Amino acid sequence: MTVEVPTYLDGNAAAGVLREIFAVDITAAIGRCAGCGQTGVFAETRVYLDAPGLVARCQGCDEVLLRVVTTPADTYLDLRGLTYLRVPNPA
Amino acid sequence: MERTAIRRRLTWQAGTVTEVRAETASARTVVLDVPDWPGHLAGQHLDVRLTAPDGYQASRSYSIASAWSGSGTGPGIGTTVELTVEQVPGGEVSPYLVDVIRPGDPLEVRGPVGGWFVWKPEQEGPIQLIGGGSGVVPLMAMLRAHAAAASTTPARLLYSVRRPEAVIYVSDLKELAASDDIEVTFAYTREAPPGEQRAPARIDAGLLASVTFQPEDAPTTYVCGPTPFVETVADLLVAAGHDPARIRTERFG
Ligand SMILES: Cc1cc2nc3c(=O)[nH]c(=O)nc-3n(C[C@H](O)[C@H](O)[C@H](O)COP(=O)(O)OP(=O)(O)OC[C@H]3O[C@@H](n4cnc5c(N)ncnc54)[C@H](O)[C@@H]3O)c2cc1C
Ligand SMILES: [Zn+2]
Repeated sequence: MTVEVPTYLDGNAAAGVLREIFAVDITAAIGRCAGCGQTGVFAETRVYLDAPGLVARCQGCDEVLLRVVTTPADTYLDLRGLTYLRVPNPA
Repeated sequence: MERTAIRRRLTWQAGTVTEVRAETASARTVVLDVPDWPGHLAGQHLDVRLTAPDGYQASRSYSIASAWSGSGTGPGIGTTVELTVEQVPGGEVSPYLVDVIRPGDPLEVRGPVGGWFVWKPEQEGPIQLIGGGSGVVPLMAMLRAHAAAASTTPARLLYSVRRPEAVIYVSDLKELAASDDIEVTFAYTREAPPGEQRAPARIDAGLLASVTFQPEDAPTTYVCGPTPFVETVADLLVAAGHDPARIRTERFG
């Protein structure tokens, strides 16, 4: 019936929220998915902004990699789906 | 010790609108002065936050249209940041930025952010830019950075747009296209200007094969626009043999 329009953005759309938490840019970091083991640039994950807060899912297996929920008092960061994030050190 | 070595959490900053320029009937360039702006790279974006009198807040991302800044000399240096916003009918934030905001108004921003969808003049290899609609904005920043750095890196822009009147930055693009190193192709999807050889159509494999760098040229390709546009173009590029690792995408929604 209706055309399936993707509802997701990419990791770039999470850059601002994540820069409030991390001192470095995460969009260019390499992450490893705890679900399927795929590694990739965080910018290539699928980001959903309409969930409560922000959810990033693996491009390969759709597993939740990271969630950020902001309340007036605190920010909750849930990194359950990432085995690691590899961030390049400044030269 | 060195205070500059302490990295602060990035947070919201107050900017002031200094100029509003019409680009098309529905797109405006908003020029901001952001006093503590640390400089930015071509392709980065910032977040804009609006607060209603009752405290309700809405934030959206907007690409930075002006060239790189922060060090050295040249355009884009200093505390000035340009955004170009296309009005989305019924939207919460874009109609405010396009229709309501005026010079002198305050605007809260958080940025610059994004370290992946960027082009730096020292980067090697040709650059292929493919934009749909307002997806041309960060690509324009890259072309401006290319010009500001007097780069001789070959660059091509393929810009998908509904009709001639909807082309953003038309005069700037024509000027840039006069340079030996930059080629600009417009792909009209609904209505083509008189004299245009290609009938209105979406970007397809044939067009990509004839106007973009080929896989053996090993370009870095930047694709930006509405999510369905980005998906389609990225799939066509991979099917044509481009290395997915050299394709960078930015989805606008
Ligand atoms: C990293 C990034 C950079 C961006 N840079 C720019 C930019 O430089 N210029 C620019 O104009 N926009 C840009 N966008 C899109 C922008 O953030 C907003 O999504 C857009 O302005 C619509 O916001 P709104 O509040 O007006 O509409 P909303 O209230 O969010 O949405 C209203 C309706 O419009 C639809 N809609 C939402 N976004 C879009 C869209 N982009 N195109 C078509 N329909 C849409 C929705 O499905 C909804 O039905 C960027 C987005 C991202 C993630
Ligand atoms: Zn996975």
